[in-house]
Amino acid sequence: MAATPWEGDLARELKERFGDQIGETSTYLGQNFIVANPEAVVPILEYLKLEADFDYLVDITAVDWLKRPERFDLVYIVYSFHRNERVRVKTHISDGYKPETAVGVHLTANWLEREVFDMFGIEFAGHPDMRRILMPEEWQGHPLRKDYSIIQQDQCWVQENLGIESGQ
Amino acid sequence: MKAASDANMPDATFLDSTELVLNMGPQHPSTHGVLRVILKLDGEKILGTDCVIGYLHRGVEKIAENRTWAQFNPYVDRMDYVASVSNGLGYCLAVEKLLNVEAPPRAQVVRVILTELNRIASHLVWLGTHALDIGAITPVFYCFREREEALNIFEKYCGARLTTHAFRIGGLQYETYDTFEQDVKAFCDMFPPKVDEYEELLTGNRIWKGRLTNVGVLTADECKEYGVTGPLLRAAGVKWDLRKAQPYSGYEKYDFEIPIRQNGDTFDRYIVRMQEMRQAVRIIRQAVESIPEGPIMAKVPKVIKPPVGEAYVSIEAPKGELGYYVVSDGGVQPYRVRVRPPSFVNLQALDRMVRGGLVADIVAVIGTLDIVLGEVDR
Repeated sequence: MAATPWEGDLARELKERFGDQIGETSTYLGQNFIVANPEAVVPILEYLKLEADFDYLVDITAVDWLKRPERFDLVYIVYSFHRNERVRVKTHISDGYKPETAVGVHLTANWLEREVFDMFGIEFAGHPDMRRILMPEEWQGHPLRKDYSIIQQDQCWVQENLGIESGQ
Repeated sequence: MKAASDANMPDATFLDSTELVLNMGPQHPSTHGVLRVILKLDGEKILGTDCVIGYLHRGVEKIAENRTWAQFNPYVDRMDYVASVSNGLGYCLAVEKLLNVEAPPRAQVVRVILTELNRIASHLVWLGTHALDIGAITPVFYCFREREEALNIFEKYCGARLTTHAFRIGGLQYETYDTFEQDVKAFCDMFPPKVDEYEELLTGNRIWKGRLTNVGVLTADECKEYGVTGPLLRAAGVKWDLRKAQPYSGYEKYDFEIPIRQNGDTFDRYIVRMQEMRQAVRIIRQAVESIPEGPIMAKVPKVIKPPVGEAYVSIEAPKGELGYYVVSDGGVQPYRVRVRPPSFVNLQALDRMVRGGLVADIVAVIGTLDIVLGEVDR
């Protein structure tokens, strides 16, 4: 079973408003999602919040598709209390691309984007506090990238801070 | 620390209202784990906070990518370890969604019973430690006494008390034991009078009210802005609970209410959680009366290989919306498992809740957030 086109008023409104900035409006397993150009994501989130009542940013996360030229999927999940409906806004970005921060639209984005930065090394432009959040601040490498092995450590950090000579 | 530096200070600076930076945690009994908060103070007033988290980071999401779908199941229990059953339910539902299967009716009802028992157990840990932080020492003993009864049921059911691994993808591994229904009914009869007892100790208590009323206020709009869910949102007057909004596991069949309050302060959140425990008993009673006969496991292949695709499934955990965003590339291992932890997102609102308040209130606010650091850090 593959994703099928999402036919709905909201999908149509979004397509009318953003035109070819939105590449795909689909539904899979009853869950609606759109795929948009990276620069259109924040305007879309803003539109969804102000015009369509999607006032709750549930989550921001990323998926690393190592072999694809546009390496990362950046995924925003928004929910509307009024409509009782959830939509995923996805975008494809390449390594090194700095997407715009969504903090101006939803304050929740602050920590969520910091976690994405920490785990994937995706830096958000205009973020007020772009630091690591879960890993130590001096740590080298971003653990959730697919080319970061599960037993990999930042050996220097481990030797220096934990006093373990092997660095493992 | 403050007294020592005061003693060394010349008198003139005594009168200066200079900022004081105070470090709280990570080894502080009322941070409920290893949370470090850097407080910027002007006297007793909090000017700002900065949370340092990650001390318990184990890379759960990375581990998921290196285990099979079924092997990862027990790991989720180790995130929010006081509500491990809810964690397991969320994960199983997410994978079942990808596989497009549904647990059989009997499994669903047993799942509801255990999940609601776990909600009570989780709220009891919150109540006991929260009251302890505020200075009421007695309730924690009562709470843990009753929690023990719930944990005994888990132990008899699956052998584990805390990290239960109670559910499997597709249903349940174990049939209920012989006296399961009697035990659950006995708990339902025993528990509501105990809630009355806690309320007797606390609800009308002037010190308790004084310490909680108008402390750490978070309005409905602020909750939405910060993505705060669960009892915090409901105490701010938003009647929203995923069990009602988007029912899963057969919650639409049960008759229960969503308790709400209007002020969004720490006292209201206390009342909401107390009511939720009573409602949980109500759900368990209905469920245990209606356990259907039948299989406990859906038809799931031995080796789980969900088709290529992705899904986001969330449940109402005791702390708020717990979501799993799962991505499959068709292989035996998850390509990506993202956990949307309620504690992590709710903790972000700490700064807003304590800013401008008194330093003594931060302990009350951390207590009322009901965070588990295992889930914040993952």
